[in-house]
Amino acid sequence: MKANCWMGKRKVEVQEVPDPKILNSHDAIIRITSTAICGSDLHLYNGFVPTMERGDVLGHEFMGEVVEVGSSVRNLKVGDRVVVPFPIACGACAACDAQMFSLCENSNPNAWIAEKLLGPSPCGIFGYSHMLGGFAGGQAEYARVPFADVGPLKVPEDLTDDQVLFLSDIFPTGYMGAEMCDIQGGDVVAVWGAGPVGQFAIASAYLLGAERVIAIDRFKYRLDMAKERAGASDTINYEELNVQDALLELTGGRGPDKCIDAVGMEAHGHGITYAYDRVKQATMMETDRPIALREAILACRNGGTVSVIGVYGGFIDKFPMGAVMNRSLTIRSGQCHVHRYLRPLLERIQNGDIDPSFVITHRLPLDQAAKGFDMFVNKEDNCEKVVLSV
Amino acid sequence: MTAATEQGMRYRRRYTDQPSGNNMESSAQRRARGLGWFSIGLGLAEIGAPRSLARLIGISDDDETRNTMFALGVREIASGIGILASPESPGWVWSRVGGDLMDLALLGKAMNDDQNDRNRVAAATAAVAGVTVVDFLTGQQLSRPGGNASEHRTNGSSQQNRQLSSGVHVTQALTIKRPRSEVYGFWHNFENLPRFMAHLDSVEVLDNNRSRWKAKAPAGTTVEWEAETIEDRPNELISWRSLPDASIPNSGTVRFKDAPGNRGTEIHVELRYQPPGGKLGSLIAKLFGEEPEQQVKGDLRRFKQVMETGEVVHSDSSIHSGMHPAQPPESLEDVELLGTPREHAVQR
Repeated sequence: MKANCWMGKRKVEVQEVPDPKILNSHDAIIRITSTAICGSDLHLYNGFVPTMERGDVLGHEFMGEVVEVGSSVRNLKVGDRVVVPFPIACGACAACDAQMFSLCENSNPNAWIAEKLLGPSPCGIFGYSHMLGGFAGGQAEYARVPFADVGPLKVPEDLTDDQVLFLSDIFPTGYMGAEMCDIQGGDVVAVWGAGPVGQFAIASAYLLGAERVIAIDRFKYRLDMAKERAGASDTINYEELNVQDALLELTGGRGPDKCIDAVGMEAHGHGITYAYDRVKQATMMETDRPIALREAILACRNGGTVSVIGVYGGFIDKFPMGAVMNRSLTIRSGQCHVHRYLRPLLERIQNGDIDPSFVITHRLPLDQAAKGFDMFVNKEDNCEKVVLSV
Repeated sequence: MTAATEQGMRYRRRYTDQPSGNNMESSAQRRARGLGWFSIGLGLAEIGAPRSLARLIGISDDDETRNTMFALGVREIASGIGILASPESPGWVWSRVGGDLMDLALLGKAMNDDQNDRNRVAAATAAVAGVTVVDFLTGQQLSRPGGNASEHRTNGSSQQNRQLSSGVHVTQALTIKRPRSEVYGFWHNFENLPRFMAHLDSVEVLDNNRSRWKAKAPAGTTVEWEAETIEDRPNELISWRSLPDASIPNSGTVRFKDAPGNRGTEIHVELRYQPPGGKLGSLIAKLFGEEPEQQVKGDLRRFKQVMETGEVVHSDSSIHSGMHPAQPPESLEDVELLGTPREHAVQR
């Protein structure tokens, strides 16, 4: 089959690789119809996630049709149309029992590698490094899906791929970012990053009752989408305005009640602190550049919540713990526990509360995955979200 | 689950037994300690007084000599500190042997240089050669199985116990979300163990308390031994040890406890074994990536997978030994699906 493979820093290539095979009795094989490039794939692309190998099949946002099932699979049959959550979860361990699916204790066969960097290991993830399992991903014609009874969600025929594809990751991720804010009536929420996850965090904050949502980014087209499509009440372009001053002005001097970091480890910024982080990251003295996170913590109102859904990989520097402690801030975070949001968010889509396809700006055939990565990473042609059709 | 409970689940430590006081120190260790102090003294001289030292051994005093002396001094001090920090471990003494050989090579080169005083260089070479012999013998003694800890009097009298007490000791724990009776019951049938223990080929139960174990050893070989169950308390504890003359003397205890908050069963494993080649053997094994605690932790993790999900969980890379790109396998013939009978897994 054809699959998009990681071939080193800033290099991906669609190659011919063997077809997936059933390795466990709970597996299913999916023939992929739609798959997407995620912002977090760019961290792999840019070489910031350790334990990648040349030839790794990328991709963790995919959907398609079941073509083969293992002997223990009960809930799925050949022909079912499903969307697949990016975290792999067994459904049987204590973490899955507690609905913390991205902390599944059984789905990462390479847990020992993750333990060296992170402490206890999180779940395995499709196409996302060997430290997180070494599973072939879904930017391919076919994918093997472990624990097929637990993850894949059957989707109704009347919904298009574009409408449900993002249930695999970015819609639930943005939604969980807003949910972790425990939004109360009257809350003003600020969202750092108006990429696809940021757009869904903005839209979800409104679904959960926010009064106003402020989007922060450096690209006008992204801020425009945040305002026109996701519904942000205000936008801040951090290359034009001082974010802290602008937020104080927009919130009557209080600061936002809730702050969402939808940026993660490769944040951009300007001035001396940005240069400082670029140097430290380039010299491996920190793995992640926490510019957005620092800013969110410093901006948040006293007693507020900072919700972190941007991906961090390792260690950060100059973390403003004094602000967190002295100002009674709450920090919440996590890889999205996608499984728990699948059905409720599918209902939201069916009810017409939201049509997640609004983030799609580019469609390419799988063959042109490399072009898609290049456009996405360089923000060419106002690129927000690339969907690859198979 | 919170991070705190996750951390509570996993508790691990590893150590090789060491004599606790000076009175239990072996002669090899005492000698190693002496060599350690010698290293530090020589290192300080090389760094602090390179000119006098150069004159003493008959080498011309120039910039190159001083730079070389400084590097050698750093090396000596590192070896010395290493030896003093763990005089029972042969590694640092072997580093001295390596250093000696380097010194001999440098002195050999110096002999051919007309600027140097050949008589003095020859004397220095003889002195270094003498030290090399002492280093080599000490390293050899420390590397011998049980050699460094031969004064273990507290650990029973049998040859086997004495050997085990100087070998590798691993403890690991993990929590499994199944009732204690079920977890105990599965482990109690030793023939189940190869389903999740990567290094075990097979276990054959011979009678009530004897079993024959077959394990994979490095370089594609296998080792076999017989073991006896020495304690068996239903739902609580199983303890076993290899019978005398086992090629890899070993013993183990598994304890089963209720995890607090109805979280299932805590399993605590304690293993002791005498790796082939003694301490040096285990050091070499480690260099090749065979960390004993990692092996045991991996085995426990797979045990948990079997108990909670019914089988060992595979990824496209984990089915290969060594690193392999995350791509589907060419065929299922050349991969190892531990714990998954193939006919059970594949069904079209």
